[in-house]
Amino acid sequence: MIKRQFVQSIIAGMALCFSVAAVAADESIIVQSTTSTANSGLYDAILPQFTEKTGIQVNVVAVGTGQAIKNAMNGDGDVLFVHAKPSEEKFVAEGYGVERFDVMYNDFIIVGPADDPAGVAGSHDAVASLKKIAESQSAFASRGDNSGTHKKEVALWKAAAIDPTADSGKWYRETGSGMGATLNAGVGMGAYVLTDRATWISFKNKGDYNILVEGSDALFNQYGIMLVNPEKHPNVNAEAGQTFIDWILSEEGQNAIAAYQLDGQQLFFPNAK
Amino acid sequence: MTEAAVRLADIGGCAAVAPLLSARGLRFSAGGQTLIRDLDLHFSNHGISVVMGPNGAGKSVLLRLLHGVLKADAGEVHYAGRVLDEETRRREQAMVFQRPVLLRRSVEANINYVLKLHGKADAGRCQALLEQVGLAAKLRQPARALSGGEQQRLAFARALAAEPRLLFLDEPTANLDPNASAMLEDLMLGAAADGIKLICVSHDAGQARRLATEVVFIHRGEVLAQQSADAFFDRPADPRIEDYLSGRLVL
Amino acid sequence: MQDFGSAFTLAFQLVLNADADLIEIILLSLKVSLTAVLLSALIGLPLGALLATARFPGRQFCLLLVNALMGLPPVVVGLMVYLMLSNAGPLGWLRLLYSPAAMIIAQTILITPIIAALTAQVISDYEREYRELFRSMGLGLRQRILTLLFDARYSLMTVSLAGFGRAVAEVGAVMIVGGNIDHLTRVMTTSIALETSKGDLALALALGVVLMSLALLVNALVMTTRLTAKRMAHD
Repeated sequence: MIKRQFVQSIIAGMALCFSVAAVAADESIIVQSTTSTANSGLYDAILPQFTEKTGIQVNVVAVGTGQAIKNAMNGDGDVLFVHAKPSEEKFVAEGYGVERFDVMYNDFIIVGPADDPAGVAGSHDAVASLKKIAESQSAFASRGDNSGTHKKEVALWKAAAIDPTADSGKWYRETGSGMGATLNAGVGMGAYVLTDRATWISFKNKGDYNILVEGSDALFNQYGIMLVNPEKHPNVNAEAGQTFIDWILSEEGQNAIAAYQLDGQQLFFPNAK
Repeated sequence: MTEAAVRLADIGGCAAVAPLLSARGLRFSAGGQTLIRDLDLHFSNHGISVVMGPNGAGKSVLLRLLHGVLKADAGEVHYAGRVLDEETRRREQAMVFQRPVLLRRSVEANINYVLKLHGKADAGRCQALLEQVGLAAKLRQPARALSGGEQQRLAFARALAAEPRLLFLDEPTANLDPNASAMLEDLMLGAAADGIKLICVSHDAGQARRLATEVVFIHRGEVLAQQSADAFFDRPADPRIEDYLSGRLVL
Repeated sequence: MQDFGSAFTLAFQLVLNADADLIEIILLSLKVSLTAVLLSALIGLPLGALLATARFPGRQFCLLLVNALMGLPPVVVGLMVYLMLSNAGPLGWLRLLYSPAAMIIAQTILITPIIAALTAQVISDYEREYRELFRSMGLGLRQRILTLLFDARYSLMTVSLAGFGRAVAEVGAVMIVGGNIDHLTRVMTTSIALETSKGDLALALALGVVLMSLALLVNALVMTTRLTAKRMAHD
């Protein structure tokens, strides 16, 4: 009797394994994307429209841009949808991607505590604000994870001619984690944080934090999309992936992006050419 | 007359028969102490041999060496004329321990385990064994929930399930009350009457008188006497045995 | 903190409303972790019993290794499985990355050493008790292992439970190899991580409460079985 139960449970376990493997084999694509787009709820809003039209299931893996690119280079995804233009162009130039397209933009902002120890509130100059933060040695929480947002932040420090990593662990704190986790950490220790606007609007643990710096050309945040090169990775579902890219660049897809609002605010601004 | 009875009636002629079990030059030490020293022993193929001796004399160790579950440092154990091997032990011998080690299963399953091991799984046989030890009514009860006496009887029935030719018992009644002891002694006498050879360690002289056909007396790892029970209690071969029986000999 | 109060209220609401997404996530969590426990038990129980029962050169080293592997960080396991299952990796052709199967593999690797090491501990106690009996009966290694595994069955349920607890609570490995894909690989822990990163701490905590209740329930089931076994003196 025991033996029979044992055999039954083995068979049940194996059946379970196969059934879960079968789910993954449906007509679907994997999009390597960023936490900022996923956490904002954009995909939840627009993907059902695409799936309904084409029958293609879109599975979004949301990680930092740096890791998303790395995963795509390994062929673990069909489409790359991120926000770090120089890295994206390098990705295509090295043959990992087919062609990069602009999809949409929003902007970065600097958020901080209400008491604003560095006195940057109301500024439209991101670089000058960072200088003030550094001079006053006010706490600043950095992603520190090679993500699109982190790359933007590094570029801004460079423009300010400051090397904050020299003070890493003092006022400059690298969390090495996603946007949300970094915002949680920032709010928790009263540190300034550079974030994209979409994540901030959808973020629910704001505490006494406000947008202090915004509206600078330097804070422009462009999102790009590209197909992972099927010549490099034959497993890539090029057809379905291209269908998705075509759709998101189409008028229908662009309108869907423009229509997505949270708390009455538009989060992303389509700008496909 | 049954076959067993014929064998029992044959006791007087045992010297002529080749011994069932022989130990030659057995030596065993543990923890820097020699527990058995150059010991020679021969057991006939019938009756109950009771191994006696003061605490720490090496009785239990000797029993395990004879059964082969403990390996001697030197010397050999011969069974039915050949060096005892694993397969022979499995087929021909069994052992009942002072504390019964029952499997964590039902009474019935404990018996069936051994029957199956010997390729004799059979509900009737299991039933018969349990009836023999008075546990037929407790067939499906958890073995470890039985009383001490019942557990030891179950262990005894389980040993019989292997249909051994030779059964070792290591102070099987040491943890039992007088009533439970008496029941087990009856079972042992019954097994001997059925032709099974029993070698039993005991330090209860009364029990030895009731059970033994012969007594082996061990002291400090050496054999002081191997005598028929009557001779042992009438005319012990060594003065130290009288001291022991009167409670004066300690190790 | 008002978060705790609202988290419990929210947790109740989620459960009472039988929120479809939540049910899906709970079921996937259970499916992945229970399958992982089953596979780990199939490997870990015999392995642990073997290490406790057999005597062979290198046994101590194997025990040491299995014990050390109990402390494997989930992220490291996730990374290893990712590298194996990645399209650029040796097993990429299986197309298992970002699937529940990948999560099962990662969790199986994570908890097999736990089950094996704890089994070795439990079984060696039983083995000490049964050793002379086994020798007297002349049992072979296979028979000894099977008997010990069966007789220790109730203790081993708790061992498997420890593995289940670790698997179902683990986030680092399933996040990497599963990708936390909505409706495909999103489980309790990755949902909690996601809601935390969205700053929705109340919802994250509520999910945590649900996960804890689930663990409590499974523990209670095993506990009840063990108590019954104890009454029968089988434990």
